[in-house]
Amino acid sequence: MKLFIPNMLANADAGFWFPPQGSTVAEHSDSVYFFILYVCTFFFVLIVSLMVLFMVKYRHRPGVEAEKTSTHNLTLELSWSVIPTLLTIVMFWVGFTGYIDMRTPPSDSYDINVIAKKWSWAFQYPNGWIESELHIPKGENVTLTMASDDVIHSLWVPAFRTKMDVVPGRYTQEWFKATRAGEYPLMCAEYCGQKHSNMISKVVVHETRGDFDKWLQQASDIHKNKSPVEAGEYFYKSRGCIQCHSLDGTPKNGPTFKGLFGSERKFADGSTGVADKNYIRQSILEPQSQVVAGFRPIMPTFKGQLTDQDITAIIAFIEAQK
Amino acid sequence: MATVVDSSDPKSNFPIQYRELNYLNCSSGWKSWFFTLDHKRIGIMYLIGVTCSFFLGGLFAVLLRTELLSPDRVLMGPDSYNQMFTLHGAIMTFLVIIPGVPAAIGNIILPVMLGAKDVAFPRMNLGSFYLWMFGAAFFLAAIVLGGLDTGWTFYTPYSVTTSTAVITALLGVFILGFSSIFTGLNFIVTIHTMRPPGMTWFKMPLFLWALYATALIQILATPVLGITGLLLIVERAFHIGIFDPALGGDPVLFQHFFWFYSHPAVYVMILPAMGVVSEVIAVHSRKHIFGYRFIAYSSIAIAMFGFLVWGHHMFVSGQSRVVAVIFSAITFSVSIPSAIKVFNWLTTMYKGSIRFTTAMCYGLAFIFIFSIGGLTGLFLATLATDVHLHDTYFVVAHFHYVMMGSSLVGLFAAVHHWWPKISGKMFSEFWGRIACLGVFLGFNLTFFPQFLLGTRGMPRRYYTYLEEFQGLHIMSTCGAYLLGLSSALMAGVLIYSVYRGKKAPANPWGGASLEWQCSSPPPHNNFDHPPLAGDPYIMESVVYNEEIGGYVPVECQGDNKQSVTASGDKEA
Ligand code: HEM
Ligand SMILES: [Cu+2]
Repeated sequence: MKLFIPNMLANADAGFWFPPQGSTVAEHSDSVYFFILYVCTFFFVLIVSLMVLFMVKYRHRPGVEAEKTSTHNLTLELSWSVIPTLLTIVMFWVGFTGYIDMRTPPSDSYDINVIAKKWSWAFQYPNGWIESELHIPKGENVTLTMASDDVIHSLWVPAFRTKMDVVPGRYTQEWFKATRAGEYPLMCAEYCGQKHSNMISKVVVHETRGDFDKWLQQASDIHKNKSPVEAGEYFYKSRGCIQCHSLDGTPKNGPTFKGLFGSERKFADGSTGVADKNYIRQSILEPQSQVVAGFRPIMPTFKGQLTDQDITAIIAFIEAQK
Repeated sequence: MATVVDSSDPKSNFPIQYRELNYLNCSSGWKSWFFTLDHKRIGIMYLIGVTCSFFLGGLFAVLLRTELLSPDRVLMGPDSYNQMFTLHGAIMTFLVIIPGVPAAIGNIILPVMLGAKDVAFPRMNLGSFYLWMFGAAFFLAAIVLGGLDTGWTFYTPYSVTTSTAVITALLGVFILGFSSIFTGLNFIVTIHTMRPPGMTWFKMPLFLWALYATALIQILATPVLGITGLLLIVERAFHIGIFDPALGGDPVLFQHFFWFYSHPAVYVMILPAMGVVSEVIAVHSRKHIFGYRFIAYSSIAIAMFGFLVWGHHMFVSGQSRVVAVIFSAITFSVSIPSAIKVFNWLTTMYKGSIRFTTAMCYGLAFIFIFSIGGLTGLFLATLATDVHLHDTYFVVAHFHYVMMGSSLVGLFAAVHHWWPKISGKMFSEFWGRIACLGVFLGFNLTFFPQFLLGTRGMPRRYYTYLEEFQGLHIMSTCGAYLLGLSSALMAGVLIYSVYRGKKAPANPWGGASLEWQCSSPPPHNNFDHPPLAGDPYIMESVVYNEEIGGYVPVECQGDNKQSVTASGDKEA
């Protein structure tokens, strides 16, 4: 690779043509770009100067007729077919090698899940925390495993020179290794409807893995950052309560949360009770112990998955659903 | 020397151009146009239709560019913006570029260039025109019926779920497809069966080779578009689950189907324009075209390779790496025949006697613009760079350089080159050239900054953008205004010539192909006797004649010129 592209080309004019290089593949991508750019500029200048030269030299002058020249010349024609062919083979090759790197996620990488939907991004970190901005550590391979909730989107970080469609119904992957700390725009490149152009977020590259871990721990320490009701809403959405419990009064697989707090409950075994804090706490930890009449006993237990603090937040959230 | 005599005509004693009877005035009334079987009249109706569509699409373009003057709202909200770029793209591709050169100019010129009376199936020809009108009407209906906001590519599942008029627009595409297929079929049969004595395949003008190659693509690729459109209609109407993943379908399958048509379709757009440029450069340089066979073969090569490269639109769609690599490799093969043509045109100019007529100016502008368009295709064919550039303004710039810059400038060259033949009038060369300069400058100012926008990180189809891009967007918008004004000026110059222009001689530029042998405008049947064809690029076979203000065949210098201009059949 480096054989064809002298290193000095790699960063030439990067500021004029491209945003600063932020990943390991960017350097290669840019150098391929400049290689093609120089070849193209050469041919373009050649074509246009010949054209202008002929325009001036052979412009019509009264009394001077066109000169009869031969109407074909095999050597000439073969040479201008073969030389460009060879050049395109080189272009193909350098593009191909870089592409294979871009499309081969390394095995030792930090995995983040991505859900794209109209018109926002959700990045899910290994500890389950979900955030609409992408945070990554510098100098570490990061692999995104992406899925879409609705239509096709495409995740593009110009500074990283990588892009991959996010296709509903399948997972696609994209990986990079950031080389520079800072913040870069991240956007949707595949047209996805009304607010396509607002589907912009950012990548925050942290200087060290330590910085990143600290950020993640703080961000996901939800009780410090949010009010109990907000934190409860977060658990409601992220832990799957939302799949069975609605907030608008319609029963799904489980009873709705609307107006639940303080109401009278009738259970499958005929007994009754009032939905107070203890009732809700028990429903989360031992759901089978008191199944509401009319519903199947399908709710899983969350024992060990939610701390007491989490449960308190959820109770506050349910209490707020009047 | 024979004077052509038509005994049924009372004025037949006059040499033909004194009779002033031509295809434009041989009959009148709206019926004589709407039910005409004359390929020239049908071509003119296409030309009018294409021009109206062009200005409608152009109006949308100017509004879009105006909206992009600022990241904030200028004229409209995102919904209108999305509908407008969709209609702009769909109208320009399906109603302007695809029928532009082949259906409008091809219809008028192809039979005359062949020395034939008409195309092989005149009724089918009229039929394809009405199908085109019908399809265009569906498009306009889509605008009125709640718009269309999918982009001209109709990608699923977005197109399955949006509430806009997808079905109406797809029916329009479907009908237009038939129009395109019929025109292609007609041209193929005409070229096979109606070449005059003496015109072998390799004595055929290159414009006809280009139309032939185009017609092959039209009949082979368009059915795929039709079927894809139908499948999408069925999907929308009955939720069968072909393309929508929510129903178990595959959205990437749609992209394969779509590009299997639409990539070859870009060659339907560019090949005829290349044919035009081959004619224009040769005639206005007064030189035999260089490398005739290479140009002819390269048209066919482009048509063939064009079917094998559709996957280069899908390098980041999630298709497998192996497939991407194969498509990238084949894609480069398309660039070679295009490069060959550019070098051939340049060599044709060598030692010529170049006249900077308006048509030639457009021809030269074509070479400039097409070089940029073609060369920037290399960045997109290369895998490592396409990943960054795909779906950005770089792609927008690239395809405008080839589609609008080259195909449309090719159409403009064609219109100016054959205008004297079509209308029988000479237009103002001065104003024609001013308009050409405006188109050239406006075009480059509009689209060149977009390459930079793309590499710097501006995705396509964005209603709003990051502040840092505003400067380049403003440049681009100014260019669009200049481009719009210049095209309006061009249309004005041509229309003015119809009323005030000087009468055109049979052969104003000195072309040697057959269409320059009949009078301007041609009589209803083009030629009274099938002309004898020779090499269409021996420019020495005609010389300038002061008195007529045009060119006449060499052998007839000093003879009774009027008779020969009426017919190529000099020995009759
Ligand atoms: C000959 C005339 C050409 C025409 C009319 C043309 C037209 C187009 C159009 C319309 C698109 C955009 C499709 C979209 O909506 O995404 C496009 C993209 C593309 N063109 Fe061309 N093109 C031409 C020449 C070339 C050449 C010579 C090459 C390569 C050597 C090339 C390579 C590409 C590639 C790879 C893409 C896909 C880019 C992407 O989406 O990332 N094109 N072209
Ligand atoms: Cu999106």
